Amino acid sequence: MSELFVGKSIPRVDLEKVTGRAQFMNDIKLPRMLYGKILYSKRPHALIKSIDTSQAEKLRGVRAVLTGFNTPDVRVGFIGDQTPLKKDKVRQFRDEVAAVAAIDEETAEEALELIKVEYEDLPAIYDPFEAMKEDAPLIHEVDPRGKPRRNNILPLPWKLEAGDIEKGRAESAFVVKDTFHTTWVHQTCMGTSGCICEFDLNDNLIFRSVTNVPFGGKDRMDMFLRNIGIKGSTRVLTPYVGGSFGSKLDTDIYEFICALLAWETKCPVKILFSREEEFLASPPRQPTVSTVEQGCDKNGKLTFRKVDMILDNGAYTSWGATTPSVMMVTISSLYNVPNLSYQATCVYTNNIYAQAMRGYGNPQATWVIENSIDQLAEEAGIDPLEFRKINANKPFTETPMRLKITTCPMTECLDEVKTKLDWENKHGKQDGRGVGVAAFVHVGGGARVYRSDAQGIIMKVDDDGKLTIITGGTDQGQGSETIIRQMAAEATGLRPEDVSIFLGDTEVCPWDVGTHASRHAFITGHAILLAAKDVKRKILTLAARWMGTVIGKEIKRRARRNPDYVAPEIDFDVLADPDMLDLQEGEIFVKSDPENKDLRVPLPLILRPHTWWEPVRGKWSWPRLFTILPMKCSTGKGRGTCPAATPSEPMASRWKWTRRPAM
Amino acid sequence: MTQSIQFTVNGDLVQVDVQPHWTLLRVLRDVLELNGVKQGCGEGECGACTVLVNGAPINSCIYPILEAEGKEILTIEGLLGKDNSLHPLQQAFLKKAGVQCGFCTPGMIMSAKALLDANPNPSEDEIRHAIAGNMCRCTGYVQIVESIQHAAELKSKQSE
Repeated sequence: MSELFVGKSIPRVDLEKVTGRAQFMNDIKLPRMLYGKILYSKRPHALIKSIDTSQAEKLRGVRAVLTGFNTPDVRVGFIGDQTPLKKDKVRQFRDEVAAVAAIDEETAEEALELIKVEYEDLPAIYDPFEAMKEDAPLIHEVDPRGKPRRNNILPLPWKLEAGDIEKGRAESAFVVKDTFHTTWVHQTCMGTSGCICEFDLNDNLIFRSVTNVPFGGKDRMDMFLRNIGIKGSTRVLTPYVGGSFGSKLDTDIYEFICALLAWETKCPVKILFSREEEFLASPPRQPTVSTVEQGCDKNGKLTFRKVDMILDNGAYTSWGATTPSVMMVTISSLYNVPNLSYQATCVYTNNIYAQAMRGYGNPQATWVIENSIDQLAEEAGIDPLEFRKINANKPFTETPMRLKITTCPMTECLDEVKTKLDWENKHGKQDGRGVGVAAFVHVGGGARVYRSDAQGIIMKVDDDGKLTIITGGTDQGQGSETIIRQMAAEATGLRPEDVSIFLGDTEVCPWDVGTHASRHAFITGHAILLAAKDVKRKILTLAARWMGTVIGKEIKRRARRNPDYVAPEIDFDVLADPDMLDLQEGEIFVKSDPENKDLRVPLPLILRPHTWWEPVRGKWSWPRLFTILPMKCSTGKGRGTCPAATPSEPMASRWKWTRRPAM
Repeated sequence: MTQSIQFTVNGDLVQVDVQPHWTLLRVLRDVLELNGVKQGCGEGECGACTVLVNGAPINSCIYPILEAEGKEILTIEGLLGKDNSLHPLQQAFLKKAGVQCGFCTPGMIMSAKALLDANPNPSEDEIRHAIAGNMCRCTGYVQIVESIQHAAELKSKQSE
């Protein structure tokens, strides 16, 4: 049986976005809300001699002025190598030196201009190779635990060794070696970064955040609160997000500063970056310098590959430092290369620190590998597309990274590219323009970056036959709300318009590892399958108990109204067997006689009289799925939800059913 | 020093006390609470703040508010019918996935509206030229162009 909704194009559910109703961080205003602004360092590397905030504090409308001197000395960030506000020294142009909360943005900006910071400049390093020299000045004198550091190399080495490089080199007929540089690239989301922090009267933080990892953000903020001595915990609310592209993975420094301002003022505080600030103070993709050496035999078969990569970590560490894990897949597993050495070193410099950006390191790695492949093909005198085919991975290969490839139509793909590009006639045949080819492999659908790659889904069916999906995921524009609706309708047997989604509130939604790493639709889909199986079984069990009654009553009603009505013959035993029944597009019917209208019952007729005693709800499911590796699933503990009436939906006839918490 | 000015927004006459250095965007968002108009850059580069002034698309973030005196402003909020019916452009952006994160969408739709009002059957080049001042980081523009083409079809069907 073909799918009813999945695999078909349905209009996106983003009605609020096309009508201007979608509330982004920019659009949210709360009562008593103050505006926070941050003073950034104008020096790349300098000691802070003094900070004078006295004039700023006197400015009318200013409610708080914070520096590293009047806030707790607590470390934050991926490996804890910085404090929200810097006290002793600054290590990059964007270092946060002071922060102000005021009644409006203009006042906050004016207050920043009144803060006087005295610096003593230190020699700055902008080149990771300079930073690795023995006599290089230290960017960080101590590590996050307070132990003295001896160099600027991050204690996060990435290394993969397989086979024997020297043996491969000896077997090579052709060898190429070159060095490749990539630079910073900024995510440049259309919506700039921003957040609102607010403490309730029990010291709990309500954190309106643009994160696409709400539960990771909650963990980081909870730890921060504990470390600064606040007993409450964090509730993350996510409004619409104006793009992410990796930039919303980590909890940023301005978010911790916003929490400090909110705590100090006991008012909601909003920090919203200007476009200039977005470029200045939000972490981009990290630059790399890669030396690649690889060889092939006389037939073009790859013999070895050696990649040494230096990553400019910048002054501090965020998720950018883990991108070599994804680069490793490209370097080891795009082509079949038996002898391999990959080493990546992240180095502190006085440049801006780096974060995740789309592809998570893969664009850098692919660019390097594919350039080198072209060079080697040219050296060997082999057509670059043919060269790639010679070395393309085949199904049932284990790569040097020990990834098991089960399906891999790379050769067929290259053949099709060759035909569609008109390769023979166009490659290298035209002056100044032409066609080229590059291949690409990427992790997705649950890259097992964390100990768990789980996704929580709660399904709640109300007596009107409407399904609410409560998910811990987020949507930053990829359309997950549309595909969730399609998948849920398909799997439960309802219609997409019967499905509404609630997301963006860690207090209500089940735990989720985050919407990133090209995992969301795949993992959510499997969570939906598990939960929907449960929901459908409960519905059909209920239907088997009541179908006979509902249909019997209907027959009697018709007979009463129309004396000539001839009642159909009905096998009530079939109706009482859940295995004989099915649910599709919101109607329950007998599997063996799906077209029989007398035996089709709309779901609300079963649910409405009976869910009062027995609400239908889906299990909270935790699929654990790994791509490339064999797939594993497990189901966690069931967790009930309360039956609740679905709020009336004025726009229900058009594609809009996502509900977010009131911002 | 405030000044009182009058203009029409989405068909309604409004009178607002403004300061001369304010922009139209500031008044639309902060005074009239028309938050569908977005600020992406604040310097007339990204087009997220696009609204129509007397039918022509402008960047409201660099449009001095005093210039608005007596003019007709149309924002994304003005496209929705009183019965909540969608404008063909809004329908098309949903159908053809011209919307992703949605931040550029209001401005993009307003630029497209100005185009279709003046040119009901634009070529792909004309569409790309009309939205050249509107940046989108999600879609790569392909679905946006398709959405505007589809909206042109819907509009021509409506007028038949």
